[in-house]
Amino acid sequence: MKESKHDWPLWEIFIRSRQGLDHKHVGSLHAADAQMAIENARDVYTRRMEGVSIWAVESKNIHASKASEADSLYDPANDKIYRHPTFYDLPDEVNHM
Amino acid sequence: MSFADFEKNFQDKVDAEIKIEPRDWMPEAYRKTLVRQISQHAHSEIVGMLPEGNWITRAPSLRRKAILLAKVQDEAGHGLYLYSAAETLGVSREQMINDLHSGKAKYSSIFNYPTLTWADMGAIGWLVDGAAILNQVMLCRTSYGPYARAMVRICKEESFHQRQGFEILLTLSRGTDAQKAMCQDAINRWWWPSLMMFGPRDTESTNSDQSMKWKIKRKSNDELRQEFVDMCVQQVKVLGMTLPDPALRWNEARGHYDFGEIDWAEFWNVVKGNGPCNKQRLDARRKAWEEGEWVRKAAEAHANKRRTKAA
Ligand SMILES: [Fe+2]
Ligand SMILES: [Fe+2]
Repeated sequence: MKESKHDWPLWEIFIRSRQGLDHKHVGSLHAADAQMAIENARDVYTRRMEGVSIWAVESKNIHASKASEADSLYDPANDKIYRHPTFYDLPDEVNHM
Repeated sequence: MSFADFEKNFQDKVDAEIKIEPRDWMPEAYRKTLVRQISQHAHSEIVGMLPEGNWITRAPSLRRKAILLAKVQDEAGHGLYLYSAAETLGVSREQMINDLHSGKAKYSSIFNYPTLTWADMGAIGWLVDGAAILNQVMLCRTSYGPYARAMVRICKEESFHQRQGFEILLTLSRGTDAQKAMCQDAINRWWWPSLMMFGPRDTESTNSDQSMKWKIKRKSNDELRQEFVDMCVQQVKVLGMTLPDPALRWNEARGHYDFGEIDWAEFWNVVKGNGPCNKQRLDARRKAWEEGEWVRKAAEAHANKRRTKAA
């Protein structure tokens, strides 16, 4: 992302839609500071009661894995099918397992 | 991997309906097409507030005023969702705003027509938002992830826009003779510009094939326009009004309504900047930007002050 000299910092917005659920990424917006980011997020992302809680994280603080490294990054999990319950073949008489 | 491999890999993903995300490799032309299309779409939402904003203070009741205000506020939100989506492609907000204000970037020509009467608020909601919705529903499945997600959010909000517009017209259509005439007049003025919203004919549309191949678009301009006509022909009956096109008739063989030829000279003329309100719209956007300068500066100064205090 090209840094613009005049734009306010970019913030990523996360919203908890209902108590008991995770905060979920909904998009981003510009704001001068965290408080403004939360107020703008309220106006932009919760006009219809979509949330009960807002997180604002400045975009520059988010570190992401590289798509180009996905193969090697997830490789260790690739051959461990025994981590899934369907790997185990049990007699039909075994219930509730 | 060679460049050709990257390109093939990309197209395979698109063909397999795997969404493209900001950090994925993409052809430069795909990125450019998206930046142009998404920013143009964002500008349309923002400029689109002006013709309706024109009637907020003159809405005929408090109920109508609150509704119109909420709709216009939604359009501001739509603009923001879309600017954010475009920014994930590496273009800055400032650059996009500058391009709008310099006239380099385009926005939908429909907003260069004036809103002369209250009935225009109804016609815009029904026809203009209605046409936009067809396009936006298609774009919910566009290949670029952030654009698709913005569209899903937008579509959820749009249906109220169209319904409130239709309700305005319905109320007028059941009113006095003068109100009925006002209703018909608004439909007459907005019908053809609404058909133009879908863009040039498929045979004239230069970027269409590539956009389809990249699954940015999934339906052609003419397909969407036909859907729109078929839909409106039914809906206008509920209003007891007519569409201003003597050539409209059911075509049994095609299973669609035939309709008259759009005035393409007018279409291109408005695109080129010579519509009734092009200058007025851009002037209003520039003025808002310039007059907001002190607010942006003050907020920045306030944020800086708080940061130094906290440190
Ligand atoms: Fe919109
Ligand atoms: Fe709308």
